[in-house]
Amino acid sequence: MLAAIARRRVATGITAKTLRSVSTWGAVPQGPPDPILGITEAFKADKDPRKINLGVGAYRDEHGKPYVLQTVKKAEEAVASQGVDKEYLPITGLAEFTARAALLAYGAESEPLTKGAVAITQSISGTGALRIGGEFLARHYPHSKVIYVPTPTWGNHIPLFRDSGLEVRHYRYFDKQNVALDFEGLKSDLLSAPEGAIVLLHACAHNPTGIDPTPEQWEALSHIVKEKKLFPFFDMAYQGFASGDIARDAFALRHFVAQGHQVALAQSFAKNMGLYGERTGAFSVTTADPEEKARVDSQLKIIIRPMYSNPPSHGARIASAILGDQALYTQWESEVKGMADRIISMREKIYNILTHDLKTPGEWGHIKTQIGMFSYTGLNPEQTQALAQKAHVYMTKDGRISMAGLNAGNVEYFAASVDAVVRGTL
Amino acid sequence: MSPAYLTPVPLPTELWQQVPLEPPDNIFELTAAYKVDPFAKKVNLGVGAYRDDDNKPWVLPVVRKATARLLNDDTLDHEYLPILGLPEYTTAAAKLILGSESPAISEGRAVSVQTISGTGANHLGALFLSRFYGFNGPAKVYLSNPTWVNHHAIFRNVGIEPVDYAYYDPKTIGLDFTGFLDALRKAPDRSVFLLHACAHNPTGVDPTPKQWDAIGDVILEKKLFAFFDCAYQGFASGDMDLDAWAVRRFVDRGVPLLVCQSFAKNAGLYGERVGALHVVLSDKKTADWARSQLSVLQRSEIGNPPSHGARLVSLILNDPELFTEWKRDIETMAGRIIDMRKELYQLLTEVYKTPGKWDHILNQIGMFSFTGLNGEQCRAMVEWAHIYMAGNGRISMAGLNSHSVEYVAESLDKVVRGRQSVMTSDV
Repeated sequence: MLAAIARRRVATGITAKTLRSVSTWGAVPQGPPDPILGITEAFKADKDPRKINLGVGAYRDEHGKPYVLQTVKKAEEAVASQGVDKEYLPITGLAEFTARAALLAYGAESEPLTKGAVAITQSISGTGALRIGGEFLARHYPHSKVIYVPTPTWGNHIPLFRDSGLEVRHYRYFDKQNVALDFEGLKSDLLSAPEGAIVLLHACAHNPTGIDPTPEQWEALSHIVKEKKLFPFFDMAYQGFASGDIARDAFALRHFVAQGHQVALAQSFAKNMGLYGERTGAFSVTTADPEEKARVDSQLKIIIRPMYSNPPSHGARIASAILGDQALYTQWESEVKGMADRIISMREKIYNILTHDLKTPGEWGHIKTQIGMFSYTGLNPEQTQALAQKAHVYMTKDGRISMAGLNAGNVEYFAASVDAVVRGTL
Repeated sequence: MSPAYLTPVPLPTELWQQVPLEPPDNIFELTAAYKVDPFAKKVNLGVGAYRDDDNKPWVLPVVRKATARLLNDDTLDHEYLPILGLPEYTTAAAKLILGSESPAISEGRAVSVQTISGTGANHLGALFLSRFYGFNGPAKVYLSNPTWVNHHAIFRNVGIEPVDYAYYDPKTIGLDFTGFLDALRKAPDRSVFLLHACAHNPTGVDPTPKQWDAIGDVILEKKLFAFFDCAYQGFASGDMDLDAWAVRRFVDRGVPLLVCQSFAKNAGLYGERVGALHVVLSDKKTADWARSQLSVLQRSEIGNPPSHGARLVSLILNDPELFTEWKRDIETMAGRIIDMRKELYQLLTEVYKTPGKWDHILNQIGMFSFTGLNGEQCRAMVEWAHIYMAGNGRISMAGLNSHSVEYVAESLDKVVRGRQSVMTSDV
């Protein structure tokens, strides 16, 4: 029995070193600290007025403050004035929300959508969608229990899929040398994956690199995925937030579906609606027809009910109100574009300062070509540590920065710090 | 690249062909049937949510107040909560159930996690046990017979096998106390027992304080683990502290335990999913370990919990005025239910003089009541009287109101007497 527990622990990354069988909790080892949280804590403790937090994965406005979208405020007031009750939502959530979320992602012309063949459930934001998806695939996907994730990927993907019961493998993605997409490596790894394996694809604004395939590269990937009969599982946490254009950011997803792939999709409204803490998201699967959709739907409920019964209503009502009202929707589109544009302008600014003003050694084009909230600067762990300790500029060890943390007030200082650390003069 | 592969191909159908259709929940079906029933006097006694005297969902006045405050607070944003939840909320929630003077809290031995309501707390607690508890043999949990329908699925889902313990005696329509103690004694040492803190769902039958102490004696003797589920604090008797008595008593006695807490019913916040898991450990060091591991488990499933409901409850718990108002609102709900119990009892015993004993309707506690009706009688209630209730005899007292209680009593009486054939079209 203890051996079984030990096996489970090893599988989930916990060593059996500290097994103490006598006390109730004798076997509880210390959990690993969360790397992102550590940065925020160090940042909070730092008294230097020039400090910058580039670890945070949440949008900040030009004053470095959290941004509550006007449309969200309006929608919240509208929902409150409607006097909705607090009753339980169905297991799969607010139906009008999930219908509108599906429309947003797949597009009105999408065949599975128009056929009524998209099984969809509201989820606890993107994390919850991935977790339900992982669990659903582990239980019902007939061809494989293996999921391929890019190297690197969002840190939480790995424990999340492992806990779902899938085996996690990796495909090459980031070319460190050139700070670019390792497209040849990517293609090669997918071509040598076992037939029928699941492949996790970041729909847009790859986290953490900010490097996305081009439309042509997506088309080539579609071909390979089809050839190897791989199952595409899209993680779309930044629709609208990446390029500023809702449809453009959904290109990869919509292209695959139009090409006849059956897909799964995890959707988040954390960033594009700024609803982070309200945990608003959806998980969907495209199926063959309404009958199949009903069966898949029933199994999603079986997964959800013993985990949390039904999802929280507040965020879903806000999102649904925005997506369902023409005026609010239009205003939302422009607010999302505003956020995306501010980030794009910060990218341009940094590139210009480093390349033209400071003439910092190295090639910095990737900062401009990368997309979305994050950027892989290309800085190494020693450099990122120096930046934290000497310049009070905080980012994750891998050189990832959240562009949202930059603004007109700190971008010059940031660029100067990067310049100094690259030159070794920090 | 050749454009040949750009030609769309028909959707393949071999992916989800084998996915079976799972039948919907019984209660869900019951409610669905109720909704489409055109019968004018229909009554829904299956609902597990409070209803006011007009059979409407009731948003607590204190919740309306708290909601308005949040809406008008311009300093609020929608940022992520910490992984373990809103600190002001979890701290206050712990004090509410464990007591503000609890040694578990003052000694830093209690770990509190904000969860997706009671289900989320049960799931996280079960998951935590499945990973770290030193089970004596294969992982099992002892669940009362009967218990909340979802308990079985929650534990099975994390690889813990549910086993029944004797709880309800259909002959007395009360607690099978001897059977309960027997099950505790016979279970292997260190077994995990799920206990309903108050207002047992679905029977409404709770142990008395004396019985709780006897239960506690055996639990301590056999080093059993108490997995408390508390979904009705304040809602059972109308008194917060009274309803928390068993949990606090066990903490004082040093029983290893955790408690799942829900604000779905007592704050009427069902759909906002506000709950918490409190794990009481033996010392601060172990508590810190447990906290770090719970954090890891939470992160890989939901990331961090939903903000809105927790903010509402935090406001209510931490503002003395709102807290007092909340207690009043709870008394309103608990009070109405107790009135309905009295009404129904009076109608059955004094007006209709229905055969059998009906004391249990008065003595049972909380939202539900096990009427004592058998399966056939329950079916008759649904099919003949259009009174929707669970097949095990459970009725939701919240579904009773001044407009429906007479009809329910009359129908119960007829069904018990076997005269349901008289009921059909004359109403």
